[in-house]
Amino acid sequence: MSEEFKPRILVFCCNWCAYAGADLAGVSRFQISPHFRVIRTLCSARVDPEWILHAFRKGADGVMVLGCHPGDCHYIGGNYRTRRRMALVRMLLTQFGLNKDRFQLEWVSAAEGEKFARVVNNFVERIKELGPSPYGKLERRERKAV
Amino acid sequence: MAEKIKIALKRGASCVGCDIAIVNFNEELFTLLSVADLVFSPTLLDVKYDDLKKMPDKSITIGFYHGAVRNSDNEEFAHIMRDKCQILIAYGACAHMGGIPGLANVTDKIAIFKKVYKETFSTVNPDGTLPEEKSLDKEGHELTLPRFYDEVYALDDIVDVDYYVPACPPTSDINNKILTVVKEFVEEGKPLPPKGSIIASEKTLCDECERKRSGEIKVDRLYRIQEIAFDEEKCFLEQGIICLGPATRAGCGAVCTAANMPCRGCMGPTASVTEQGASMLSALASVYGMTDRETELSEEDIEKLMMQIPDPLGLFYRFSLPKSQLGRVVKERVE
Ligand code: SF4
Ligand code: SF4
Ligand code: SF4
Repeated sequence: MSEEFKPRILVFCCNWCAYAGADLAGVSRFQISPHFRVIRTLCSARVDPEWILHAFRKGADGVMVLGCHPGDCHYIGGNYRTRRRMALVRMLLTQFGLNKDRFQLEWVSAAEGEKFARVVNNFVERIKELGPSPYGKLERRERKAV
Repeated sequence: MAEKIKIALKRGASCVGCDIAIVNFNEELFTLLSVADLVFSPTLLDVKYDDLKKMPDKSITIGFYHGAVRNSDNEEFAHIMRDKCQILIAYGACAHMGGIPGLANVTDKIAIFKKVYKETFSTVNPDGTLPEEKSLDKEGHELTLPRFYDEVYALDDIVDVDYYVPACPPTSDINNKILTVVKEFVEEGKPLPPKGSIIASEKTLCDECERKRSGEIKVDRLYRIQEIAFDEEKCFLEQGIICLGPATRAGCGAVCTAANMPCRGCMGPTASVTEQGASMLSALASVYGMTDRETELSEEDIEKLMMQIPDPLGLFYRFSLPKSQLGRVVKERVE
């Protein structure tokens, strides 16, 4: 490959913990790889599995869902739901033929700016190792948008 | 009496069950034929493909295309039907979403040919002959076969579709709905539904299902239907038998759950979502193995629990894989 691979990574952050953690990482000036985009949701349980699949369809090389630690959810039990769904999402993505590391669920509190930087950096590194997602370069007819 | 309209039926990658579904209009078939002439149907009439090709463009009022698009012949006729018909209906789950043939999107042409023409138990093919698009017979005549595609498509991936009639195959409830629409259009000049409509219900199958629910669904263990003496009145999901009702569009009349079979989702996603698989995944993950000790479970426990769900892809996308977000399976190294 002549050109350096710049992964496209989507990071869903819940408003109350992970997004605040991301903010803290920013104001603390931790070095974070630039290859990701954040989408803020009120709760990690708001992340519909369909969005994750849609992201991969649109060529994302990796998707992360970051929420409050179990027990710390702003909405009491949202993240318990999230981890159930995401366990199944991971199984499904593997069945679709993706490497399981292209998807990750992590808990990041508002105080964990350092952890935010670390998990994102590690994820970006792993995706760089894996290379572009096969869905991004899949040669197929453009299907009618759903 | 109003002038009769012309209708045509054409199959793509179809099991022909959809043609039978039309015959299953039963005595209503006469009602249909009182307002419409069937001008083309390879299954039901003695017609040739050329007959359809020779008809003037837009000379057929309503065309029903059933089956998916999986080879070049299916695709050619999808275009011909589009040209000849004023209104084109994707009839049945295969034309609507890819259906059962669409499950072939877990693999590709090479793997399918290898399996079918070389490896199955009943295959005798010592020379390893595979179908070819062009070949010569002993007399030197050129023989052709349609091109087999790597991927299966729904009808609207190929041509513009006016209406969708879901289900595998469409049930009499749905057929009657079409009949009413067609009859009122022909006899009373009533307008047709807006383009792109799905001729079904806007509700969820559970709303249409008459099995008794206790309220909160809790699934402790999963069973295949033959593994448990289930209660014939109660909701399947509550008894641990996976039923796609919560993620499926109503309109079929919930015929399966009424006949003691859990729903497999042939009506496709509900009106409020686009992805049937993801929506069933969310529904099942939220009720399966829920305990009051949820907070004590580790991530590994949750993973183990979900591993009890066999084949989520096949289960959640049985009829809709080509229309799912990802559409087909890819192969990536696993390490
Ligand atoms: S929708 Fe069902 S009945 Fe109709 S062609 Fe497809 S598999 Fe056969
Ligand atoms: S889950 Fe199935 S059995 Fe239960 S109410 Fe819904 S459709 Fe009926
Ligand atoms: S109950 Fe389910 S599987 Fe049966 S016809 Fe209706 S949607 Fe299809």
